[in-house]
Amino acid sequence: MKSLQRIFAIVVKELRQLSRDRLTFGMIVGIPALQLLLFGFAINMDVRHLSAGVADLSNTANSRQVIMDMVQTQVLDIKHQAADVYELESLMRQGKIVVGIYIPPDYERRLQQPERSALHLLVDGTDPVVQGAVVGIANSGRTSPFNDRPPTMEIRTYYNPERRSPVNTVPGLIGVILTMTMTLFTAVAIVRERERGNLELLITTPVRSVELMLAKVLPYVFIGLIQVTLVLVLGVLLFDVPLRGELIDVYRVCLVFIIANLALGLVFSTVVQTQFQAMQLTFFFLLPSILMSGFMFPFDGMPKPAQWIAEMLPMTHFIRLIRGVVLRGATLSELSNEVAILAGFVVVAMTIAVLRFNKTLD
Amino acid sequence: MTNVPQATQSDLAIRARGLTKDFGNVVAVNNVDLDVPRSRIYGFLGPNGSGKSTSIRMLCGLLTPTHGDIQVLGLEIPKQAEALRRKVGYMTQKFSLFEDLTVRENLNFIADIYTLPRAKQKIRIPQVTERYELGRIIKQRAGTLSGGQKQRLALAAATLHEPELLFLDEPTSAVDPENRRAFWESLFDLVAEGTTILVSTHYMDEAERCHELAILDLGVLVAAGTPDQLSDGIDAAVVVVESPEPRKVSRFLDEQAFVHSTAQIGNTLRVMVDREVQNPASFTDGILRDAGLPLDGCEKVRPSLEDVFVAATQARKAARDKTE
Repeated sequence: MKSLQRIFAIVVKELRQLSRDRLTFGMIVGIPALQLLLFGFAINMDVRHLSAGVADLSNTANSRQVIMDMVQTQVLDIKHQAADVYELESLMRQGKIVVGIYIPPDYERRLQQPERSALHLLVDGTDPVVQGAVVGIANSGRTSPFNDRPPTMEIRTYYNPERRSPVNTVPGLIGVILTMTMTLFTAVAIVRERERGNLELLITTPVRSVELMLAKVLPYVFIGLIQVTLVLVLGVLLFDVPLRGELIDVYRVCLVFIIANLALGLVFSTVVQTQFQAMQLTFFFLLPSILMSGFMFPFDGMPKPAQWIAEMLPMTHFIRLIRGVVLRGATLSELSNEVAILAGFVVVAMTIAVLRFNKTLD
Repeated sequence: MTNVPQATQSDLAIRARGLTKDFGNVVAVNNVDLDVPRSRIYGFLGPNGSGKSTSIRMLCGLLTPTHGDIQVLGLEIPKQAEALRRKVGYMTQKFSLFEDLTVRENLNFIADIYTLPRAKQKIRIPQVTERYELGRIIKQRAGTLSGGQKQRLALAAATLHEPELLFLDEPTSAVDPENRRAFWESLFDLVAEGTTILVSTHYMDEAERCHELAILDLGVLVAAGTPDQLSDGIDAAVVVVESPEPRKVSRFLDEQAFVHSTAQIGNTLRVMVDREVQNPASFTDGILRDAGLPLDGCEKVRPSLEDVFVAATQARKAARDKTE
């Protein structure tokens, strides 16, 4: 009972302080909204509308046809007509185009000689994603009367047939946002009190370490769930992200992940001395979470040692869970392994935090 | 330990023996013995870095001593520190309540943290509010309060749960003289109700108000007792020299072997003269006249606490210089 009274007092105090800290309050809503828009609209892995230039020296029905085919993929936008290959190169150097289509005068003849390349695609290789996209065009775009056989491989995409990036990024984005805000907020919430001297006062009172830890974390659980809701609603409204699994499962998964990050934030707070250090440590942790968890790049593509490290990150397991539930409509029992790992992480982190936070100033 | 008579133990709020704290190779507190009687104001007097705060933190269980035994209110510290928390109040050197909460919110929070029952809170909060004149600022955020107001709020919060023992770590460092006076009046009110107060300070006038005090210098307890005992026990005589050219006189006296130190106060000099000197006033007078220095008179006075403090710390410095 007394324990509850103390925990409740701290929770109320935290919420009150939070509602008066306009910057943090703004971040609760601002970070999810901003990141969603950034990742949803700006950071788009689908390559579309690349600026292209054409030098069609053949100018026949076939050459015009092959250009039309490329334009129809929507990958290329023809922005410039060039007289020759040198002009294309010059345009590329100036950064006006990233792809140049050079169709030589003897295009018709080359088409009938399958061992020779019929046309040249000039690619600005400074962006590997652009390179990849153009390789895709080159493989599909050799239309000619003599080479009109159906492709040997047909690609069929599950869960995201339109290959829209937001469908992949939005659920994962919940993970990025929660990792960033939850860890930072708790770490800062405790370190700030240490910096301001509040902690010196608190530890001379009968408050127990566990009570203080729990009470510090509880308000942020609610805040985390609000953020999840915000990202889901915006994701569905703006980017038409499908929600194939049970909504309650989405929240369950998020809840475990939120607590994992809060516990991690508590551990951080026992390591660092200043708010600035708390911030540094959070970003030090955030970066591998974004890059190695499978959020940005395929997990299977990483070398084994990197995969082992990634398995230690709660974000990796969260990405598997949230994509499973939201996009594939999986149930939690199908993913129980990942849930168990996250829960284990919570227990370990929370234990470390409580053990490390002793009520002395030593 | 077992030889200590029972009566003595219960009369003492704090008893420490051989209290020592090292931070790496810096000795912050060195082998301090302390007996603080109940229902008294006990002062720690010392300059910054003399180990006052470290001692207080060890006594309330915030820091673990490197060596030494501590008993506070009959509890072994730091082993029984948790049990002590309810019985003591602690006012930190820096204002440590929440600046983004109002005065009332801060008091409610502290009341809940000490798990005062609601009924009790309804009595105690208005009580301290009235006593420390917080009524007019009750809805103001603590961050916007003046130094004196913050200090009153801090004292109200520290005494809300009616502690038997109050630790005050330089409570008046950010407060003007008028508020300091009022603050000390309220401390005596608390003592009259039976509270024991341990207060650290570097102000001499505050030290004079304490029932008893200990003078700390570089972590060592150099003198302890009532202000009168300390004044009587000083290892030197104090002579006040009046002269139209005090700087000249002081430069001359600093060279003399029988003079421990001089300090100028306005146009007079406070001169600490060796204890061995008979009739220190006339002796000083004679020396100065022989040297042909302008002089209006010499008079032996009762040593003040500042003199005690200077004498005690200088004796240690002299001893250190000798060993080096």
